[in-house]
Amino acid sequence: MSDKTPVLEMRGLDKSFGPIDVLHDISLKVHEGEVLCLLGDNGAGKSTLIKTLSGVYQPTRGEMWMDGKPVSFANPREAQNMGIATLHQFGGTYPLMSIGRNFFAGVEPTKGFGPFKAFDRAKANRIAVEEVQKMGITRITDGDRLVGGLSGGERQSLAIARAVYFGARVLILDEPTAALGVKQAAHVLRIVKEAKRRGLAVIFITHQVMHAMAVGDHFAVLIRGAIAADFRKGERTREEIADLMAGGESMADLEANIEGYMETHDGHPPPPAH
Amino acid sequence: MDMISNLLRRPAAASVLSLVGVLAFYILIAGVDFGKLMGAASWVNYAARIGIVALPVGLLMISGEIDISIGAMIPAGAMTTAIISGHYELPIIFGILGALAIGVIVGTINGVLAVRTNVPTLIVTLATLVGMQGVVLAGSKLLTGSASVPLTAPDWAKTVFGQLMFGGSHQVVIVWWVFFAVIFWFVLHQSRYGNWIFAMGGDKESARNAGIPVNRMTILLFILTATSASFVGMCHAILFNSAQVSGGMHDIFNIIVSVVVGGVLLTGGFGSVPGIFVGSLTFAIVNKGIDFTAIDRNWSNLIIGVMLLVAVAMNESLRKLALSAAIGKRGKQKQDAPMSAASGEQRLPVPHSRRVERNEGPTDV
Ligand SMILES: Nc1ncnc2c1ncn2[C@@H]1O[C@H](COP(=O)(O)OP(=O)(O)OP(=O)(O)O)[C@@H](O)[C@H]1O
Ligand SMILES: [Mg+2]
Repeated sequence: MSDKTPVLEMRGLDKSFGPIDVLHDISLKVHEGEVLCLLGDNGAGKSTLIKTLSGVYQPTRGEMWMDGKPVSFANPREAQNMGIATLHQFGGTYPLMSIGRNFFAGVEPTKGFGPFKAFDRAKANRIAVEEVQKMGITRITDGDRLVGGLSGGERQSLAIARAVYFGARVLILDEPTAALGVKQAAHVLRIVKEAKRRGLAVIFITHQVMHAMAVGDHFAVLIRGAIAADFRKGERTREEIADLMAGGESMADLEANIEGYMETHDGHPPPPAH
Repeated sequence: MDMISNLLRRPAAASVLSLVGVLAFYILIAGVDFGKLMGAASWVNYAARIGIVALPVGLLMISGEIDISIGAMIPAGAMTTAIISGHYELPIIFGILGALAIGVIVGTINGVLAVRTNVPTLIVTLATLVGMQGVVLAGSKLLTGSASVPLTAPDWAKTVFGQLMFGGSHQVVIVWWVFFAVIFWFVLHQSRYGNWIFAMGGDKESARNAGIPVNRMTILLFILTATSASFVGMCHAILFNSAQVSGGMHDIFNIIVSVVVGGVLLTGGFGSVPGIFVGSLTFAIVNKGIDFTAIDRNWSNLIIGVMLLVAVAMNESLRKLALSAAIGKRGKQKQDAPMSAASGEQRLPVPHSRRVERNEGPTDV
């Protein structure tokens, strides 16, 4: 669409793990103030793609460009230093560590000098609590509490708050709304919009059509590691998107199949296909 | 009440309770003279011997790995010093550096194998344990023709590593132990590296994704465990004027028991240096305190077994307590109420929207 330089651009990315090819020829752009929704069935390669973007994996082939210059990240820290913050699917929190220590894992604020640089617990706790409260989790007031005592959604919110806090240029969220209640999910979507308004490039992965349509400007659908569709907001209907997300199968057909089966089988759903 | 439950939530709580329990048992039931026990050096010396190694082993276990090759590294350190400075009569400094170097080498091997292969570190270090035993035995037979090598260290080396203090029988390693404990305490609880170690033990994958140099830290921790073990061996050779290839096998279990009694979670991610310190102390009191009773010394292992179970059970329940700490219960926390803090240092201040969810939620699409 725009002729501005994209913040992050992938050019013909391939990723294989030994003999297993997971990503083929991925070319995508994400601009400032734009939300790219990455859609696709389980195992399509979405997480692998964003792990490549955040320095966890190195691409087998292809290039990444940031602000019009080629970049490569040897490790997650290098991507982080370039302003790419990622919330990975699953994990991201450490149950037996405090909220403050979780929030700053790997990027601890310190005070003091030389060999006596100490972890600044008060500051870490204060910022962590402040940021999760902004996610709508107002029950959290003590940064010294262990994260393992929080609910799944609270932990997820903490991890999102962390990515949002550290995402200076690009914010990548891998299924951030998966464990969340309606209210917290709405908060996350609002935060994504807010990040976008502030000029961040956001890459957002979800399996929920509603969530994707609520925030997405640009949609890319991965099917078996390749881009099957790449379109902008308003170019496809909700049903078309849902079908693409199901790996190209028509949801209407799937649903009709199940309903038809249930009618003829005393209301039992069909056994899962293998 | 609140204060007590806060104290119980500390990772070192169970080890302190174990220590109190063990002392109570010895004094009240086994009839140990408390004054005599406190004046004795045997258990303090032993606590220092295992405690110096227990500190890095504890950190390694918090990071989710384990090192049992320490059992071979204590005699390896002693033999290296004795062979270099005793048998070959080179200056003691070469013996000392040699002992530390063998620790660094074996630690590096352990660490690199741990991060490069998917072999569990129990197996990796079991292999180096057995391997190093062979190397030490064969090496000393080959070089000296004997399994026991005498060594006479100069005065300065005795003063620093192998002296008895206060004109009595307390060994100078006690000072080293306390010194190392302070350093390890700072590293684990005050520095950012401590946070990395906890994160590695909590979720290695997430730690890696967060940019923590997991592999480098792992190798470093393995170097510390092996080197601390060879350091202890070196001190012993200097103190006792000789080194033997045997020994060290008991130390493996004694050190790991100390660490576990000290509140370190076997699966990683939880523990503390004060806990490890008290754990070593407790273990040493059980092990050496038995000599102050009329009980046959062989029973001390039973006591250790019981103590291990009780301490681990306590650790489990105290950790649950720590996890279930009620939200916002403590009044003083209200002070660092989040909203009042300056937002100047935030990189992306997302204002807390006052709008009702319905206005901008996902439902409006
Ligand atoms: N480290 C790895 N080694 C080998 N294969 C891998 C590795 N990581 C992922 N894969 C494979 O790559 C494919 C894509 O996985 P990926 O996690 O990217 O899927 P996804 O699109 O994120 O799925 P989901 O929606 O379930 O999260 C899967 O078939 C997976 O088995
Ligand atoms: Mg995924």
